Amino acid sequence: MKYFDTIVVGGGMIGASIAYGLSRSGQKVAMFDEGDNAIRAARGNFGLIWVQGKGANSPAYAAWTRQSAKQWPNFNKELSELTGIDLAFEQNGGFDFCLNEVEFKQRQALMEKIHSDSQGDFNFEMLSHDNLKQLLPNIGPTVAGASFSKLDGHVNPLYLLKALHKAFKQLGGELITKPVTDINYKNKVFQVNAEMDEFTSAKVVLAAGFFNKTLAPKVGLSVPVYPQRGEILVTEKVKPLLDHPTGLVRQTREGGLMLGDSHEDVGFDEGTNIREIQQIAKQTITIFPNLKNVKMVRAWGSLRILTKDGLPIYDHSDSCPGAYAFSSHSGVTLAATHALDVASYIAKDGLLPSSLACFSARRFDV
Amino acid sequence: MFKSINSNQGELITIYFEGKTLNVPKDYNVATALLWAGVCDFRETTLNNMKRGPYCMMGVCFDCLININGMDNQQSCTIQVSDGMKIKRQVINSSGKK
Amino acid sequence: MNSAEYDIIIIGAGPAGISAAVLADQHKASVLVLDENCTPGGQIYRAIEKNQKSDNEWLGQDYQDGLPLIEGFRRSRVNYQHSAKVWHLSGAKAVHYSVNGKSHSAKGEQILVATGAQERPFPVLGWTLNGVMSAGAAQILLKESGVVYEDAVFVGTGPLLYLIAHQYISAGIPIKAIIDTTPRGNYLRALRHSFGVLKNTKNIFQGWRWKREIIKSGTLYISNISDVRINGSDSVASIEYCQRSKWKNLDCKQVFLHQGVTPELNTSLSAGCDKSWDARQVCWTIDVDQYGQSSIDGISVAGDASSIAGGVAAAQRGSIAALNMLYNLELISSGDRKALSKPFKKKLSKEMAVRPFIDSLFKPHLRYRTPQDNETIVCRCEEVTLAQIKESIGVGCKGPSQLKSFTRCGMGPCQGRLCGLSVTEILTKELEIREEQAGYYNVRPPIKPVTLAELASLDET
Repeated sequence: MKYFDTIVVGGGMIGASIAYGLSRSGQKVAMFDEGDNAIRAARGNFGLIWVQGKGANSPAYAAWTRQSAKQWPNFNKELSELTGIDLAFEQNGGFDFCLNEVEFKQRQALMEKIHSDSQGDFNFEMLSHDNLKQLLPNIGPTVAGASFSKLDGHVNPLYLLKALHKAFKQLGGELITKPVTDINYKNKVFQVNAEMDEFTSAKVVLAAGFFNKTLAPKVGLSVPVYPQRGEILVTEKVKPLLDHPTGLVRQTREGGLMLGDSHEDVGFDEGTNIREIQQIAKQTITIFPNLKNVKMVRAWGSLRILTKDGLPIYDHSDSCPGAYAFSSHSGVTLAATHALDVASYIAKDGLLPSSLACFSARRFDV
Repeated sequence: MFKSINSNQGELITIYFEGKTLNVPKDYNVATALLWAGVCDFRETTLNNMKRGPYCMMGVCFDCLININGMDNQQSCTIQVSDGMKIKRQVINSSGKK
Repeated sequence: MNSAEYDIIIIGAGPAGISAAVLADQHKASVLVLDENCTPGGQIYRAIEKNQKSDNEWLGQDYQDGLPLIEGFRRSRVNYQHSAKVWHLSGAKAVHYSVNGKSHSAKGEQILVATGAQERPFPVLGWTLNGVMSAGAAQILLKESGVVYEDAVFVGTGPLLYLIAHQYISAGIPIKAIIDTTPRGNYLRALRHSFGVLKNTKNIFQGWRWKREIIKSGTLYISNISDVRINGSDSVASIEYCQRSKWKNLDCKQVFLHQGVTPELNTSLSAGCDKSWDARQVCWTIDVDQYGQSSIDGISVAGDASSIAGGVAAAQRGSIAALNMLYNLELISSGDRKALSKPFKKKLSKEMAVRPFIDSLFKPHLRYRTPQDNETIVCRCEEVTLAQIKESIGVGCKGPSQLKSFTRCGMGPCQGRLCGLSVTEILTKELEIREEQAGYYNVRPPIKPVTLAELASLDET
């Protein structure tokens, strides 16, 4: 039987960030990951480090997001120096397009609200079509404008995940590729069963995406999440034509474009919907008509983990102290704070700060 | 050098490669026409700037990508030549992006 | 506009697709044939109509034998769309394809995937240099345009390699050398299957005749080699081969590589058809029943697209699949299906009898299926080397999907066609697991890259 300070269940963006952060704090950590064909939300990540528009109804979430975005430059430096992996990190501001005047006015109101809630910490610009055209000359004639925020950026999400895994391993973390079948809490120790093997630890972090729903009740927690599918398209490599990430399109370091903005409520179907792909293609051409002859090389539907109110879940268990459950659909943006802050809360005294109390799943118990 | 073994190559048309005039059989595809004209360097790879040219000639490998009439990523082994076609070596330099 | 509806949609106009189309048409099924090339015939009978008019008899009798098939197809009422790029096939039997930059959709009661084969990747050091092409490419240049390269070196194993070399020599084109990588032990292993050869001596004798004539022509013929690599900075300067533990160098400017052919997997796999690892053919094959029916109801796979058996077998398998589809459409009875498929099955079994011998004889050595040197590029599109793949396996990567995420291997425009098999086998070797455990990429649409404008132009349904 193997003993660990903390067992992290889930090797996706959240699990790997926290597992890396815990190892970084000197803990003996095991990270459980599923095999090659696991349902993996991280794989479908768009790679945005995105602040604008988030948390309009939750100043706490908006602040949390900003905190992570501000930590990203140092986090990127630390992680790439440690692993030698270039994450293709860029944070020079992002655009979110408004297709018509109504959208433009609504966006402006939304951004102003977040700005005032943040007491001036969040800043933005609204760019009319003409102003936008000076920055992005290829913008389509019907685009009304865009919002712009300096804190927005992007990163290669797959390299981020790889770097987190590599750094975790370099710091002595143990990756176990087995599905967790059961968790028991006895005499202040967690017993984690994976296939035929048993592992024990003082703490357990559940970061298993949808599987959290099943595992959480075993440690006195509840994680009410549901899947939503989003389509992502990737094109062949093209010459550099977009210096900033946007809500719909970003150009990767390698030159390919990632496109995606769809929301489909379809359960656990990771397949691909041609109509959605067509919509994304149409929207892209509307915004950037010059992309019409660019070829899509891949498309895939991937699943996002959502809660009813769209906010993340950060919870600790009262009945099984030392058990935590985390769920979020912004694993990339929040990676920095997950690795640097959340992990150290767990490693130190095990208490989540009161600023995160509003993200407990208990908010859904009405 | 690639060459043709057919005594009669039929009608020739004019295409341009890097500004140079080439007279090529009209029923050739772009990749064949360029190989026949002595061009084997079609593009540079994005990451390591390696030189590449056609490999499979049947639309599978995508190594024969080239710029045709201003458009990058044209699969030259699947596109018929046409009179006046302007072809350029494809260089998509990703390091140009900071 | 609604998408067009057909009884049967056939993807691919090679021997399997054409045979199926003609037979289905004779039994009054409405048939749409979609093919990537501008003329029918597939790779094996590529440009056959054009070559018939000239006197290129060096292309060989087998090639010319394909003509009646094409003529029958031209005479049929089959709806034939050439230059059509099929970029999506759904399990619900909807097909999306584009012609001249415009997308169309069609629905079939029955779908036949007859997309043939592609050449197996041959990842040796230097295989991405300019001046290195596949032997299939040499054949396409010859058949379609009469374009050849004098003093090229042909490297590898498999019937196609001897065929193209023989065609070159018959046409009077000098070959600098043929480097035969057939492992010595294969001859012995193949002998165990020689009983099957007795049922179909024509195939084998023909191969021998080709080889004999190649050697007789005075072409440098190098065999019993244990390794090969290609040198050059941007383009080929020389090829090195290891013979009796000694490396030898041969200056050359053009190399044609070949290690046999493998099924075109992307179309079937993107629809969700089941596959299995075939240890004898050392590649994935699509699971089909005796009639070519795949694991997905209403989708059949025939010819080399399911497993490699060659052009003559493909024609039989196409016909048998057509009869089954006609039966599924209730256009013929089950008795008819049985009776009508008899002659095709008989001819097919004659072709299949010789496969164990051919497959064993030309089974490429593992070192030509997976690279040996760390610097060898595995994924040509994303320039991923063996060293990078090994590094990711070291980080904990367990399969092709994660490998793709970690290295970009298989993410490029060829969509894994030139690295997928190598990746399966590298994972198998490094992780000491079976090929079935290693698996293959999750193949998703588009089957071929498609422009945003083409996507946007898709007919509304």
